[in-house]
Amino acid sequence: MLWRVSMGIAAAQLRHRRRQTLVSTLGVALGVGFFVATSALMSGSEQDMVRRLLDNAPHITIKDEFREAAPQPVFIAFPQGAVTLTNTKPREYLRGIKNHGAMVDELSRQPGVIAEAALMGQAIIRYASKDASAGVAGIDPEKERFLTTIESDMVEGSLMRLKTASQGIVIGQGMSIRLGLGMDDLATVVSPAGLVRRMKVVGTFRTGNLLLDEGQAYMLIKDAQVLLDKPFIANRIRIKITDPDVAEDYASQLESRWGYRTESWQEVNRDFLGLFIVRNIITYSIVGAIMAVAAFGIFNIISTVVMEKRRDIAILMSMGFRAGDIERIFLVQGVFVGLIGMFLGWGLGLILLQMLGTVEITVPGLMDAQKLPLEKGPFQFGVGGAFALVSAVVAAWFPARKAAAVRPVDIIRGAT
Amino acid sequence: MSAGGEAPVIELKGVTRILQEAVPVTLVRDIDLIIRRGEFVSVTGPSGSGKSSLLYLLGLLDLPTSGRVLIDGIDTSGYSSDRLADVRLAKLGFVFQFHFLLPEFTVLHNVTLPMQRLGRLDDDEIHARGMALLKDFEIDDQARKRPDQLSGGQRQRVAVARALANDPAVILADEPTGNLDMRNSEIVQGIFADLAAKQGRTVIAVTHDKDFADSAPRNVHLVDGRIDSDTRR
Repeated sequence: MLWRVSMGIAAAQLRHRRRQTLVSTLGVALGVGFFVATSALMSGSEQDMVRRLLDNAPHITIKDEFREAAPQPVFIAFPQGAVTLTNTKPREYLRGIKNHGAMVDELSRQPGVIAEAALMGQAIIRYASKDASAGVAGIDPEKERFLTTIESDMVEGSLMRLKTASQGIVIGQGMSIRLGLGMDDLATVVSPAGLVRRMKVVGTFRTGNLLLDEGQAYMLIKDAQVLLDKPFIANRIRIKITDPDVAEDYASQLESRWGYRTESWQEVNRDFLGLFIVRNIITYSIVGAIMAVAAFGIFNIISTVVMEKRRDIAILMSMGFRAGDIERIFLVQGVFVGLIGMFLGWGLGLILLQMLGTVEITVPGLMDAQKLPLEKGPFQFGVGGAFALVSAVVAAWFPARKAAAVRPVDIIRGAT
Repeated sequence: MSAGGEAPVIELKGVTRILQEAVPVTLVRDIDLIIRRGEFVSVTGPSGSGKSSLLYLLGLLDLPTSGRVLIDGIDTSGYSSDRLADVRLAKLGFVFQFHFLLPEFTVLHNVTLPMQRLGRLDDDEIHARGMALLKDFEIDDQARKRPDQLSGGQRQRVAVARALANDPAVILADEPTGNLDMRNSEIVQGIFADLAAKQGRTVIAVTHDKDFADSAPRNVHLVDGRIDSDTRR
């Protein structure tokens, strides 16, 4: 009953000043709409980026290196020694992960883990007097399918044909066009070790990433071992796990177990992920500023109403309305503006998302134009709406308090 | 002391009200006053004599700097502002020089607001009582109009109807005819006389209108914030 009376008065006052109510409601709507749109775009593109990172690369890579150079034996023997040896030459060792077969077996036995030993290196691919330098990945095609999206990016041939063809190689479409090297052609592959082999193109792929499409080649690991003159050696163990979020912890477990430098996708892309945080801060401060302006709009209208309605407030109080009733009248107005603004803002957000959804952009480094990645989840709408409501209530609260503090006798005495 | 047999409705005991400003202003000083049920009291005095201030103190709109205000024999000093508001809502009705109707609401809604706030009646009863009050003052045909569509006399009658909404024991009026022409002034005077004589309500009216003051059986005359004379006829 009490709420009904307060709400009735609030509604009447809002109706009475339709234009101002509309303007401040639109302010809130704009804030919510743009919040929904920008936040959908931001988190959409973030998720898109992360998905690309996760799909195109293993979650965890064990490398044939160590985080820190091994200490000299003399330092281990005499850690407090007074003499420092300089110019000591580190022991040379054969690069490669020792016992990688057993490691891969053990990793593969764990549920949800796919592990593959790979050999990475460099080579020059030559065809008809043109050449291109390429990163060579010696892989296991059956496992590679699960580790990266390469299989789904195949334009011609397939990754699995590496297994059936002798000395097969899979190259990117960019390289294929540059060298004029087509399917089933024989390319000359020269390694830094000085070995030259003729390999047959059994597939081409296009990931959309220029770097890969023009500079990456895949072959069987045993072919890579021969080409790079590293028999039985693997210098990477590449791992995919079910939950990418735990990759960081899992990687550090593996590193402390085997000692090899083990990088999670988060570590590799740390700069990138840090950029998202900065970007989010910028976005949300701008959207927050819009909401703040909208809140000031509400504050402004309700303050004006309170100023203009001092007589009405006084008469209501003399009638027997409590200070709390008066406060409620103006709070309700703020909530009302916030609520309507929220709904209009959701509508506006949907329209903006619709429009953004039709925009196509070309990302540098990617060859194909793509639609803007948008995340149209309830989160954006929920947070935008909550933001609007909270700021409306806060904005209305200050003038409402002021209204409740009116002493009716001051007004009536002044008016008479 | 003709009305001496009735119980006191409002009682002021040694009430002083000083406005604390740069130079403190004494509005009323050391007032002792007993208003009994069913009395019609006019309060007169030169301007600045504290007539309105006295009325606000009687109506619990203002609090005394010292002294006590008793309503129905109960001391209200120490009441919270909410409790004072509740007393005003149920027991007191105000009419001011300016009608103070809410411009956004219809005439009927203005009259029903105090009833809705009190919440003692249901919607139908509130509507019926609102219409009945308007009918009493012959303005029921204006019920759906807004206050600014009414004449000054009609508005003041709406204000009286609103003051009566919760069937209060006491009506406090501050220059209720101050803004009206002769004819309307007479109508409103008649209404107040009837409220006291026919409905047995206590009416306290501040006025500088001699006719109006003389129409009341009791007159309290203030000079410089003190009761100069308290006469009954």
